[in-house]
Amino acid sequence: MSLKKKKQLDAQVVEARRQHRRKSLIMIKRNWLLYLVLLPAVLYIATFCYAPMYGLQIAFRNFRIADGIVGSEWAGLKWFNRFFNTPRFWLILKNTLTISLYSLAVSFPLPIALALILNNVRNAKYKKFAQTITYMPHFISTVVLVGMMSVFFSPRSGVVNTVLGLLGIEPIYFMGTPEYFSHMYAWSGVWQTMGWNSIIYMAALAGVDPSLHEAAMIDGANKIKRVIHIDLPTIVPTISILLIMNFGKVMSVGYEKVYLMQNDLNASTSEIISTYVYKMGVLNQQYSYSTAINLFNNVINFLLVVTMNKVVKKLSGSGLW
Amino acid sequence: MNTKKIKHSWDDRIFDWICNIFLFLFIVVVFYPLWFVLMASFSDPVYVNNGSILIIPKGFTLEGYQMVFGDSKVWFGYLNTIIYTVCGTIFGTIVTVLGGYVLSRKDLVGRDIIMKLMVFTMYFSGGTIPLYLVVQKLGLLNTRTVLIVLGSVSVYNLIIVRSFMASTIPDELHDAATIDGCGNGNFIVRVVLPLSKAVIAVMVLYIAVAHWNSYFNALMYVTDSNKMPLQLYLREILVLSSSLANSFDVDPELQEKMQHMSMIIKYSMIVVSTGPILCVYPFIQKYFVKGVMIGSVKG
Repeated sequence: MSLKKKKQLDAQVVEARRQHRRKSLIMIKRNWLLYLVLLPAVLYIATFCYAPMYGLQIAFRNFRIADGIVGSEWAGLKWFNRFFNTPRFWLILKNTLTISLYSLAVSFPLPIALALILNNVRNAKYKKFAQTITYMPHFISTVVLVGMMSVFFSPRSGVVNTVLGLLGIEPIYFMGTPEYFSHMYAWSGVWQTMGWNSIIYMAALAGVDPSLHEAAMIDGANKIKRVIHIDLPTIVPTISILLIMNFGKVMSVGYEKVYLMQNDLNASTSEIISTYVYKMGVLNQQYSYSTAINLFNNVINFLLVVTMNKVVKKLSGSGLW
Repeated sequence: MNTKKIKHSWDDRIFDWICNIFLFLFIVVVFYPLWFVLMASFSDPVYVNNGSILIIPKGFTLEGYQMVFGDSKVWFGYLNTIIYTVCGTIFGTIVTVLGGYVLSRKDLVGRDIIMKLMVFTMYFSGGTIPLYLVVQKLGLLNTRTVLIVLGSVSVYNLIIVRSFMASTIPDELHDAATIDGCGNGNFIVRVVLPLSKAVIAVMVLYIAVAHWNSYFNALMYVTDSNKMPLQLYLREILVLSSSLANSFDVDPELQEKMQHMSMIIKYSMIVVSTGPILCVYPFIQKYFVKGVMIGSVKG
């Protein structure tokens, strides 16, 4: 009896699958134009994101351009071992984490403060003006930003050292002193992104129900209390998600700005994984070695993001995917 | 309004004051460096070099700008950047807006798997060298094409468009159009595009700013100095402190003058390269902000 039932069920499943497939085929045929329209985006991702992943295998080979990717002989974990055993490994790892965590620590809280303050400004024109000004640096290119830093902080005629001179302090070569590198990196980042990053909190604050404020006012709560007990709790979910996501990115400090800020004098604190990858690969042409370091970094990044996303999901019920 | 009639207590007023003071400080800190660059670019090099200008320009002069505009490499860089920005933005916007719309369609078979494959690339990449090898294999090294195409499409932008489309173009609209005999092509041209002007504007601006400001792709893939974008030339002048191209002149007098003027040339360069964006942006600010808003509501 039960065997017959099972067979019947199986037949039903097979039939359902067949129907589903037929339906899918019809839908694909009907929407052929959509696939055509999507094709350029898919091709782009395939060429510039997935094709390089095929090339990742050179991290495990002794790659030589003449031999091609597949033609080069296997090298096992040689390049990874070389990286872990290089005396600079710990220094580079330390620099990467220092720069990344320090800049997260200073550039994360300030946009929140700015958003809470902007939200309390009642004069609409003043608020708009403040927003326009504070968003501006977002549009400045990295090259110009680093250029501005090098002229402002120049020991000979930079404005910062001029002001320090007025206070009787000897000129300091900020861009060339290893101890200052992470400060320079982090605070210039604050300057550039503070306004722009506050937008997302402003959006969350706009969702506060005004009746909450009215009720609190009737109960005699002053503004500070209302900010602490109404505004802040509203944006806590946004804050926690962004914070966790940012922790997922600690290993991926962008090389664009660090590379521009580097010079021979500050190399001991400014060399990070991504700039090392660029130098080894492009300037020294050690393709396999560079790719191995890059792969190591990417895998750690990926694991961090996946872990952090799990944490977000558990806390808020919705993650990035 | 009720709230206006309620008398503000002293602690509220103190709080308002503190807010205003902090906001003022934020504005000054952000604005002063920008103002300083603008002011110094118009000032006499003598005062710029000895650091005696702090708030207002001294000894008005346009010499810095004359030097910058007298350099043919600046013009070439500008022209190249405009070419890359215009072509890249057109290409990127078309691909992104159309692709984003298709990805928002729930009746697209295989949508989930395509989406997953795309999102994966946001968190994992082949890396610098493998990408370089791909570009090389395609024969795109040292071409303008690579600077136009690379960086024009991003999964992040595709997701922004997709979220926007999913919330502004309901399925019912498409169903109704289908019943009326409107095919996908017609629907995209007559319904989708007119309804998504806002997101198209956002994409144009995002992609254009990214192209205008990018330097690393040019550094990686292009060695031909004729194809250099402005940012790469700016790097030479501002960060590596090379002299302007016309300073290779053997004339020692001119050489000395260039040395003397190097600071105000840098300031003028910054204004020339960044000025256009900063002047235009306040008028289209709402589109930029809109992009962040759409991006924050994940699809």
